[in-house]
Amino acid sequence: MTVESVFPQLEALLPLVTKPVQYVGGELNAVSKPWESAAVRWALMYPDAYEVGVPNQGVQILYEVINERDDALAERTYAVWPDLERLMREHGVPQFTVDSHRPVGAFDLLGLSFSTELGYTNMLTALDLAGIPLHAADRDESHPVVVAGGHAAFNPEPIAAFVDAAVLGDGEQAVLALTDIVKAWKAEGAPGGREELLLRIARSGVAYVPAFYDVEYLPDGRIQRVVPNRPGVPWRVGKHTVMDLDEWPYPKAPLVPLAESVHERMSVEIFRGCTRGCRFCQAGMITRPVRERSARTIAEMVDNGLTRTGYEEVGLLSLSSADHSEIAVVAKGLADRYEGTETGLSLPSTRVDAFNIELANELTRNGRRSGLTFAPEGGSERMRRVINKMVTEDDLIRTVATAYGNGWRQVKLYFMCGLPTETDDDVLQIAEVARRVIETGRQASGTRDIRCTVSIGGFVPKPHTPFQWAAQLDHETTDERLRKLRDAIRADKQYGKAIGFRYHDGRPGIVEGLLSRGDRRVGLIIEQAWREGARFDGWSEHFSFDRWMTAAQAALEGLPVDVDWYTTRERDYAEVLPWDHLDSGLDKDWLWEDWQDAVAEVPVEDCRWTPCFDCGVCDQMGTEIQVGPTGLTLLGMPALPPRGEGLVAASSAPSAPSERTAG
Amino acid sequence: MARQAPVRDVAPTVQRLRLRYAKRGRLRFTSTRDFQRALERALRRTGVPMAYSQGFNPHPRISYANAAPTGTASEAEYVELAVTAVLDPEKVREALDAALPPGLDVVEVVEVRTPDLADRLEASVWRIELPGVADADAAAAATAFLERAEVEVQRLTKSGMRTFDARGPVVRLDVAGDPPGAAAGDAEGPCAILDLVVRHVTPSVRPDDVLTALRQVADLVPPVPPRVTRLAQGPLAAGASTGPVALAVSDPLAADRA
Repeated sequence: MTVESVFPQLEALLPLVTKPVQYVGGELNAVSKPWESAAVRWALMYPDAYEVGVPNQGVQILYEVINERDDALAERTYAVWPDLERLMREHGVPQFTVDSHRPVGAFDLLGLSFSTELGYTNMLTALDLAGIPLHAADRDESHPVVVAGGHAAFNPEPIAAFVDAAVLGDGEQAVLALTDIVKAWKAEGAPGGREELLLRIARSGVAYVPAFYDVEYLPDGRIQRVVPNRPGVPWRVGKHTVMDLDEWPYPKAPLVPLAESVHERMSVEIFRGCTRGCRFCQAGMITRPVRERSARTIAEMVDNGLTRTGYEEVGLLSLSSADHSEIAVVAKGLADRYEGTETGLSLPSTRVDAFNIELANELTRNGRRSGLTFAPEGGSERMRRVINKMVTEDDLIRTVATAYGNGWRQVKLYFMCGLPTETDDDVLQIAEVARRVIETGRQASGTRDIRCTVSIGGFVPKPHTPFQWAAQLDHETTDERLRKLRDAIRADKQYGKAIGFRYHDGRPGIVEGLLSRGDRRVGLIIEQAWREGARFDGWSEHFSFDRWMTAAQAALEGLPVDVDWYTTRERDYAEVLPWDHLDSGLDKDWLWEDWQDAVAEVPVEDCRWTPCFDCGVCDQMGTEIQVGPTGLTLLGMPALPPRGEGLVAASSAPSAPSERTAG
Repeated sequence: MARQAPVRDVAPTVQRLRLRYAKRGRLRFTSTRDFQRALERALRRTGVPMAYSQGFNPHPRISYANAAPTGTASEAEYVELAVTAVLDPEKVREALDAALPPGLDVVEVVEVRTPDLADRLEASVWRIELPGVADADAAAAATAFLERAEVEVQRLTKSGMRTFDARGPVVRLDVAGDPPGAAAGDAEGPCAILDLVVRHVTPSVRPDDVLTALRQVADLVPPVPPRVTRLAQGPLAAGASTGPVALAVSDPLAADRA
C-alpha cells in the first residue's frame, strides 16, 4: 500500500487561510523518506500551532532519532488553526504531516508531546481530522497507536480514554524500543491484533497502557485503587532516564522553518534535570537526577548546529543554566570563538544566586544588554522558604545592583501568586521588592532611566511534586490579590512609573489545574468541552472559561465530584492519587515530608553539593547525578574557517561598486 | 545616559551582487519576511562574506526590491547584496541555490555595474491561471475591463482600507493562446489563463486587484483560488501591449551583464 500526498487538495485551501506557509513544510534539515522504505512509521505531533511546535526540542530530537534508523521514518504534524480546520472538514482533507503531506491516519504510531495539558483539545481535533476514533477502545489494527509523552504525560489519566499508551520521561530510547516492538509484531503478521500489540508494549514496561488498568472509586469520589486487568502487566510503570547525554547529542541537524516561530534561535540543551528542589516545579522533580552534557559536547553541538542552520543566536537551555559546573568554560570558550562574528549567545533560566557578572559579560560581549530576567517566584522571604526557592532578597538586590551598574537597563522578575500558605501580605511584598530594585538600580547606574517589570503567573499544583496535595487558590482570590498588588505599585509616587506589571486572570489556571491533577473522569470534561468548540486553550483569544465550566457541569452530572473537588481541595496523606501507579522515581513519603516541611517553612538543600536526601529517584531508577567539572579549562575547538573561501573570484581585481542600491 | 553602540571594525564593501530568484510550487506561500530570514541564514551557512551595518544590531547589507505577494509564485524576484570580497557570481549562485530549499531557487547572479536596479523594475508580467473558468468568460471579462478608463478597487493595506484605480497601470490583459505546460483545460475542466502586464505605481496594482476589478466589471468569480505567477519584471519594452507577452519587459540585469 502506498500513501498519496494530500497536498494537491490542501493547496487549493491555502490561499484562503492565514499564514499558509506554516502548512507547507520545506524546513531546512527536514527529512522525507519513501513510504515503502520503512517498516515502522511515526507521525509526531506537537499539539499547538506550528509557530509554537516547530522549535520544540523534544519533537526535533525524536524526529531525528527515528529517522536515523533505516527501518523507520518519522514525519511531523501540528495543530491547524480553526480557519483551516473548517475548510479541511468541508473539503474532506485529513490531518496531514508537513514533511510529505501524508495523512496521519496512515502511520503506525502517532506520538504526541505534551509540554502542557492545554494541548489536550488540540489532540482531539487532530485525531478527528485524521479519521482516528477519539476513544482508544474503538480503534482497530488499521489505526495508529496513539502515544503521549512529555511532562504532562506523567499524569495521563485525564486523556486515558484517548491515548493507547503513555511514555514517562526521556523519549530517546523509548521511541526506539516502541519501534522495535511494532516492527516485530508487524513482521509476524500482526498476531493477536491490536490487543496483542498493546500487551507487548505494556508488558515490556516501555509505556503505560491505560486500558490495561481498572480504576475503582470510593463512594465519596476518591480513588480506591488502580489495578492491572491483564496478566503480566506491571503494577507500576516507571520513567525513562537517558544517563549519558554526550551519547545523545540531538538534535544534530536542528530544523529551520521558513515561517516565523516563537524561538528564532538554535537551542542546545546543556543539562537535563534539576535538584534545586523548588517545590512548585514539576520539571525539576520529574527529570531528576541532574545529567550534565560535557563542555566539549556542548561546544561541538553549538558549532555543528550553527553550520547546519545559519542561525545567529544560540540559547544554552536547561532548567537553571548557570548551574552547569563548567558554565564559565563554556561561556568564555564560545564567546572567544564567535568574537567578531554576529553570533549571539543567551542563557535562559538563570537563578539569581548563580548569576555572576563575568558570565553575563561574556555573553554580551557584542554589546547587547537589553534585559535580564530572574525568577524569585515568591514575594516574601517566608514564601520562598515555603517553596524552597532559597534566594534572599539581599541576593536579589545585590545581583540587580551589579547588573544595573554594568549597563543593563531593564530587569524582569517572575513571581507566582496562589502558592500554598500565601497571604495578601506575601504578595504585596512583591511591590516592596520592585521598589528596592528600582531604588538600588538608580543608585548603581546613576540614571533614572531604568525599568523593572514584574510578571506574575498563577500557581497550579502539579503531580509528582510536594505540592501535589495542596489546595489550588480559587481564581476570585487570585484576581483580588493581584488587584491589590497592582494598586500598591500604582500608588507608589516615587518608583511606580519605573515598574511594569504583567499578570493574567486566574481562570485559565483553574482549567490547567483541573487537567493536571485530574483522573479519568476529567476525560469526560475534555471531550465535552472539545465538542462545544474548545481549541487552542493556551491562547487567550481562543480560551473560554465558561465553556469549560459548562462542560464540566454536564460531564460530571451525577458524580460525587466537581471542578472545586479537583482544584481547590487539599488532599490528605491517605488519598490514592490518580498518578500513584506511575513512577517518577520520587518516593511518595519523601514528597509528603517535603510538603510538611514546606508548610513548616523548612528549606532543603541541593543534593548536588550536599549529601543525598533520599528523594528516591537514584535508588529507584538506578541512576546517579552526573556533573562535572571535568577539569577542562579550554574548549579546544579548531579555528573558524575564513568566510567565503570557495566563492572568491579567480582574478580578484576589485571592480568599482555602485553606491546606489536597489529597492 | 544612552549607551554607545560599540564601534566595530567593519570590513568595507568591495563588491555588490544582484540576484534573481524564483519562488516556486509550495514555497510560493512564503512571505517576503520568510524569504529574507531564509536568505540570511543561507548566506551564513554558505559563508558569503557579507558587509554588515554598524550599531547595536548589525545586519547584513541586503536590499530587497519589489517582492511578489505571499501566495503568488514568481520567476523574477531581485535582491542586491554587498560583500567584503570579490566573489565569483556563478559560484555564489550555486552555493546559495544549494543552501536554499527547493522552490526558492537562485536563477542568476551578476556583479553590479550600473546603479538604479529599482528604477528599471518598471513593470511586471503576470500569468494568472483560473481553474474552472472558460476561455470565453475570461476573454469577455478582460475586454470589459480594458474598455473602462478607470476601475476603482479596494484593498486592505498596512495603512488601512485603500481605494485606487486598478485599470490605469494595466498595459495589457488578454487570454493566453496555447499555453506551455499542462495548465490548460483537462479532465478537471476548463482553465483560462490570463496574461497581465502592469506598470509599477504606488499603491501597487497586484494581480488580486485586477481580479477584484474583473469581478466588479464582469462578475468573473473563479470557483477556486487562481494560481498566479510573476514571469518577469523590468523596463517596459516599446510596443509592450502587442506582440509576445514574454517580450513586454526587457531583462533588468542586461546592463550589468554587458
